[in-house]
Amino acid sequence: MILDYIGVKEINGSLIVLDDVENASFEEVVTIRLENGTLRQGRIVQMEGKRIVVQVFEGTRALSLDNTRTRLMGHPMEMPLSPEILGRVFDGAGRPIDGLGNIFPVTRANINGTPINPVSRVYPKNYINTGISTIDTLMTLIRGQKLPIFSGSGMKHNELAVQIARQAKISDDQGSNFGIVFAAMGVKNDVAEYFRRSFDESGVLQKVVMFLNLSNDPIIERILTPRCALTVAEYLAFELGMHILVIMTDMTSYAEALREFSSSKGEIPGRKGFPGYLYSDLASLYERAGMVKGKKGSVTQIPILTMPNDDVTHPVPDLTGYITEGQIVLDRSLDNAGLYPPVSVLPSLSRLMKDGIGKGYTREDHAALSNQLFAAYAKVMDARSLASVIGEEELSPTDKKYIEFGKMFESRFVSQGSNENRSIDQSLDLGWTLLATLPREELDRVDSDTLDKYYEKAKQQLQSSAAQTEKKENDELGNH
Amino acid sequence: MENQNVIYGINGPVVTVKDTRSFSMMEMVFVGNERLVGEVIGITNQLTTIQVYEETTGLKPGEPVFGTGSPMNVTLGPGIMDNIFDGIERPLKSIEEKSGAFISRGSNVSPLNEEKLWDVTVTVKEGDNLKGGDIYAECPETSIIRHKCMVPPEISGVVTKVEKSGQYKVSDPVAELTDSKGNVHKLSLCQKWPIRTPRPVSERLQTKVPLITGQRVIDTLFPISKGGTAAIPGGFGTGKTMTQHQLAKWCDADIIIYVGCGERGNEMSQVLDEFTELVDPKSGRPMTDRTVLIANTSNMPVAAREASIYTGITLAEYYRDMGYHVAIMADSTSRWAEALREISGRLEEMPAEEGFPAYLPSRLAEFYERAGMVNNLNGTSGSITIIGAVSPQGSDFSEPVTQNTKRFTRCFWALDKALAYARHYPAINWTQSYSEYFTDLDPWYIKEVGEDFIKYRKKISRLLQEENKLMEIVKLIGSDVLPDDQKLVIEIARVIRVGFLQQNAFHADDTFVPLEKQKLMMKTILYLYKKSKQLVSANVPISGILQSGLFDKLVKMKYDIPNNKLEMFDDYMKEIDQTFAGIMSA
Repeated sequence: MILDYIGVKEINGSLIVLDDVENASFEEVVTIRLENGTLRQGRIVQMEGKRIVVQVFEGTRALSLDNTRTRLMGHPMEMPLSPEILGRVFDGAGRPIDGLGNIFPVTRANINGTPINPVSRVYPKNYINTGISTIDTLMTLIRGQKLPIFSGSGMKHNELAVQIARQAKISDDQGSNFGIVFAAMGVKNDVAEYFRRSFDESGVLQKVVMFLNLSNDPIIERILTPRCALTVAEYLAFELGMHILVIMTDMTSYAEALREFSSSKGEIPGRKGFPGYLYSDLASLYERAGMVKGKKGSVTQIPILTMPNDDVTHPVPDLTGYITEGQIVLDRSLDNAGLYPPVSVLPSLSRLMKDGIGKGYTREDHAALSNQLFAAYAKVMDARSLASVIGEEELSPTDKKYIEFGKMFESRFVSQGSNENRSIDQSLDLGWTLLATLPREELDRVDSDTLDKYYEKAKQQLQSSAAQTEKKENDELGNH
Repeated sequence: MENQNVIYGINGPVVTVKDTRSFSMMEMVFVGNERLVGEVIGITNQLTTIQVYEETTGLKPGEPVFGTGSPMNVTLGPGIMDNIFDGIERPLKSIEEKSGAFISRGSNVSPLNEEKLWDVTVTVKEGDNLKGGDIYAECPETSIIRHKCMVPPEISGVVTKVEKSGQYKVSDPVAELTDSKGNVHKLSLCQKWPIRTPRPVSERLQTKVPLITGQRVIDTLFPISKGGTAAIPGGFGTGKTMTQHQLAKWCDADIIIYVGCGERGNEMSQVLDEFTELVDPKSGRPMTDRTVLIANTSNMPVAAREASIYTGITLAEYYRDMGYHVAIMADSTSRWAEALREISGRLEEMPAEEGFPAYLPSRLAEFYERAGMVNNLNGTSGSITIIGAVSPQGSDFSEPVTQNTKRFTRCFWALDKALAYARHYPAINWTQSYSEYFTDLDPWYIKEVGEDFIKYRKKISRLLQEENKLMEIVKLIGSDVLPDDQKLVIEIARVIRVGFLQQNAFHADDTFVPLEKQKLMMKTILYLYKKSKQLVSANVPISGILQSGLFDKLVKMKYDIPNNKLEMFDDYMKEIDQTFAGIMSA
């Protein structure tokens, strides 16, 4: 027997309260039919006896105490799933908006998912070659990892995400089993369009599932968007065995939607007004990345978040950093200097790279090289701050070498074209070429054998090319 | 049994029951038709409040709530070791067998393997008088840990019946005890204990023995004793987890309990992988044979996260009672504090600082005070060392969890972002960190490693302090203007920082360094300093001393001298003598 409840008791923000409801269950989906026939969806978020509180996804505009008929759907929020879902576009609450009709579901899954049992996880070890020097060498992306991009408004995080999605190659099996799930939360129409166009241009649109909750779409739906997207990702990865890259942008908008919802429920706010459970809530999304024993596929996440005021201690980037396995931080001053990608090397990190690089994965010298590059670049920063006080002229000869190294590191290693796809060997060799400009005794993170093999080789090449240039210049002088 | 109690309200993990008088505070209950595990956390005349340890989606008002009559407890017995549990002692491997890779709800599996037969040696005979804590049976639990079954602390009496030694299951009775009132208690291999109550001990002892970790910065500059407490605060990416892993792998405790509290799932699977492969240096057996993992990852229910810390410490106390030295790593206590805050918020309690409940400091104190070196009820002595990671929001050490933890721990290993950015690991900042155990431990160091160790340590920390002061000047005017003797301090401090304090966890020799090698390394560095100082005061320019390459050689000695070839240090001393004699005569 299906019952419609006529009218509501209270309306408060996006929440409505109903009395005398029989047989409702926690987090159950309800549909609300207005007098003019439009349908809205909602979810039960609190219950007290027969009184239920419902969160209305599309907002409560035009609702009155009498003009609604509410119906319980008998199940929690579910996402219809089938292999045909690839290439489709949905709105933030998982309804198709590409005009191709409803999904004919093979199965349905609760969008909240269930936690992966820690003992069933496979520890991720296969690296993904993104073709971007800084990422591959210094913060290697691993299949099954969650590696967010910390950015700020106006920086080139979208370009970077697109480049990663386009170039991402997995070391062993390539191509065919690769898919992208894209979740847009509160981003501008242009941005969503940019991603769609980029996927189209690189010919992967048939491998992409898009969820769009744009900045003018209902805010409450934004809370559902990443959950729908991850449910699809899990289905594709663990049921169909695909390797899925999930791009979620922008997590700050998501957290703000959560804050709005929380305050309308009258919850006690934590830092900057965000609810006390922001950590657990973000974790329930990020932790859905990973690989599972006995299943072929994987879910790799690249969440993008814009740090308000470029402040990395803001609750959203801060809590995200505590959950994710590292972060790629973009830097405003590099961006202003016109460098692309403006990756701020020192605060960026990949926690999983240590087991996915080195002999058998990338190259034996990878770990030592990346450690040394980090250490050297940290010294560049020290030298620069010293130079800003006493002037570059007064620096010691070693510090001057570091300043030179810093410039080259930024212009040749960090910076690269948005279509430039560097192989891992190219990136590593470039790293050695740069280190070769520093004296050998400065390289204290590398053992002697590795230095002998790679540093000396790079040094020789550097010297011979310098000699060639000199010779060339001399020749030219001689010709004149 | 007729059940009158039904769910009235649901709000996230908090469920209420109306108009009942049948529950007691902290009682363990089963909620709903799926029998989800919960705990009573508040009682008023009208409403009983229950926190549920599993997802509450789909629960309906009107579903039954069952009481158990006993507080939230864990089962203690053979089979704990080499296992991985969630926050309320449910074995995750059994859950995997039952419900697959994803954890479904209401998975009621028993904590210990009920079918496995243990080789039990009964150690008492009829007529023996036993009191609480006395051992009545033993069995090999893993290849290195011998499990001792102890009389529950509140029971004592005369043994009236014993079984023969042989093979028994966990819940088989092996002895019977008759107390002074004539009540008969059956003793099986296991017992239950409420997680929020500390297990009683006979007396607390002063902590005198260090927990050797093989990590130079800890053993030398900021040592911790067996039975001590330490906090590791640090922002994300500063290497809290890495430091915890290193300690869990290398510290010389008999048993490690690793609580992954609200942390990453992939990290737990890494611990599982690594510990299975790693071999315990003392016994030559896999590390898992002496390790218990408690994994409540950040996406698992928040109430169970709150309980996981207590579950961990109760297991630790049980093994301490057998006479073992236990180290418990809690990663991270901030997530536990956040779970407290979240539940407190749902109960609409009045918040104190940053939304944390006002009882946060007392809860932290209760937890850390369960550490200690003690004499047990049965006469053995054991210890619990607690090492808790703290994840301060925005890397700001003035936030409530860090500040309150600082009050109740005696070691403070502050991790530093700047060091971590320069990939200086362990990124323990030597100016902010401290240990209060020096005076307790000095006698042990003098006896076991020699008086020199203490002398060297003092010199090393003085040099680091001096460098710190000099760097203030260098930051303003550059190092060129400093006189040579101060330049020398900066150079030698670099050797100490890079060559001594920084340690490579992935290097076969450097990952664990015995105290003797730590001492010799300090000795060699200080010898180089002494000799160079002589040269400097003889007006030899510092650039000449640096060109000798000895400073760089000492930086690399941690890699170049294997842990089992400590006689090589003599060669280094000789080389210093020869080189400097050469410079002098030139």
